[in-house]
Amino acid sequence: MQQVFRRPESLKDVQTHFCPGCHHGTIHRLVADAMDHFGVQQRTIGVASVGCSVFLYGYFDIDVVEAPHGRAPAVATGVKRARPDSFVFTYQGDGDLAAIGTAEIIHAANRGEDITVIFVNNTTYGMTGGQMAPTTLVGQKTSTSPYGRDKSKDGSPIRMAELLAQLGGVAFSARVAVDSPKHVLEAKKVIREAFGFQVEGKGFSFVEVLSACPTNWGMTPLAATARIGAEMIPYFPLGVFKKEENA
Amino acid sequence: MSKRLFVKGNEAAAMGAVEAGCRYYFGYPITPQSDIPEYLSRELPKLDGEFIQAESEIGAINMLLGASACGRRAMTSSSSPGISLKQEGISYMAGAELPGVIINISRSGPGLGGIDASQADYFQAVKGGGHGGYHIPVLAPNSVQEMYDLTMHAFDLADLYRTPVMLLGDSVIGQMKEALVPNPRPVRELPEKSWAVRGKSNAEQRVVKSLFLGDGELEAHNWHLHAKYQVMKEKECISEEYETADADLLVVGFGSVSRIAHTAVAMAREAGLKAGLFRPVTLFPFPEQALQKAAARAGKVLVVELNTGQMVEDVRLSVAGAAKVSFYGRPPGAGSLPSPEELFEVIRKQYDQAS
Repeated sequence: MQQVFRRPESLKDVQTHFCPGCHHGTIHRLVADAMDHFGVQQRTIGVASVGCSVFLYGYFDIDVVEAPHGRAPAVATGVKRARPDSFVFTYQGDGDLAAIGTAEIIHAANRGEDITVIFVNNTTYGMTGGQMAPTTLVGQKTSTSPYGRDKSKDGSPIRMAELLAQLGGVAFSARVAVDSPKHVLEAKKVIREAFGFQVEGKGFSFVEVLSACPTNWGMTPLAATARIGAEMIPYFPLGVFKKEENA
Repeated sequence: MSKRLFVKGNEAAAMGAVEAGCRYYFGYPITPQSDIPEYLSRELPKLDGEFIQAESEIGAINMLLGASACGRRAMTSSSSPGISLKQEGISYMAGAELPGVIINISRSGPGLGGIDASQADYFQAVKGGGHGGYHIPVLAPNSVQEMYDLTMHAFDLADLYRTPVMLLGDSVIGQMKEALVPNPRPVRELPEKSWAVRGKSNAEQRVVKSLFLGDGELEAHNWHLHAKYQVMKEKECISEEYETADADLLVVGFGSVSRIAHTAVAMAREAGLKAGLFRPVTLFPFPEQALQKAAARAGKVLVVELNTGQMVEDVRLSVAGAAKVSFYGRPPGAGSLPSPEELFEVIRKQYDQAS
């Protein structure tokens, strides 16, 4: 009998601490699958960020450096420059990457560092209890935007994948979602493609993943997943915004 | 015999770093230390090293964190306002026990302050600087030669104790030119970096982190760090004494001001006053015992600093009542650097008061 589905080698056989309906587990699996696909697990150095994804080292069976909040692209820069033969990725949330870490992501991308960034956008700060994030949609209620995000005071949600696609150093920038089997399969393909850019030394690659945070959205897992298609994708369109070898 | 060079203190520190095997530099321009990144941007590429002018001081310290996590000798440099920005990263490196050298050619403050020689960042350097209750070794050179020698020493201390190490100077030490004998790196047995990430290659996973959430884990980690600081206090104190054997007044100063105080003490000796000079070279660990001994012998201590009184607190704690401690400070700013004559007058007045 042929085995057609199994845990990726790069993932540990452990339970995660993620809430029911959280998509981090799915995204972890897709990242691990891409590592397995290219056979890079044994030379991978992951850079964990601050937020729900800080426990990266508990789930991926790889070497990991933990970065201060928002600084993962700078830490990854140091790692990749010091060990150019390693495969380096960061895994960051929206508060981490698009608020406190804006300078680090923009400049690592602009330098064209040969790293891959997985950016999980769930429109809120998950770990700290659902505060307004730079990606929170206009009108969305959070624990620090109790009347809904007000564009005139809080600004508009930032579209990072499009923004980074403008920079000269970026080779690959895309946005995917994990709200349906079809989207998960597409996300798997795109994350693989992004990893391929680094494996072949083609430059900086970035994948934004739209994901649900049922706990902080105050929704059931099913309703939260449905919100991605109903509210997030219309503002954060899926697609590949840049694909340019040796950018 | 080694050749003699005539270079700036900042250049000497950069040369010391290269001699110590540092091949990774991450920094951001700020006066009065920019000679360091300028020198290394020229030299590191020739040695297959990496030089990055970072987007900020925060970016630079975190690149250092990343390179150091890979087990490489790496450094950054800056000056006071930039060092403030680096404190987050220094705290994370101290927590994760990562080596790394940070050169602080400090300037005057608070705020944007000025670019003059200053010792106003003593507290920031020796009392932790960032959040979370840690210390890092702090070395205070007072010559171009020491900028070179102590930078090499800083890399060894960093690897030996798995800690960031700071070299604390100011514009006097960084910008002045003196003769330098570029001695080869001292041979010192250092532990293997069996903690460094490298891509696990089917071996045990390695994780560099400062997050400890398990019951009792973080408390144990803090006691472990504390124990390291105790070992440093026992083994790594460096100080220098001048004319202290028969001194009845012990002048205490570090870094740039110790050079001026040295001349003032020599003037006092010529005038028949038995002054001596005690210079802490390591500010953390502070040379408490050597200072206590010299101070008790003299009975009277005069602390001179380019601030309104910071190291004097550690001097008082070290002396522990065994001598009378007084203070003379010149807070930083244009025109505030004391002359040898001015310090000689301060010394002479100590004797007037005694008689």
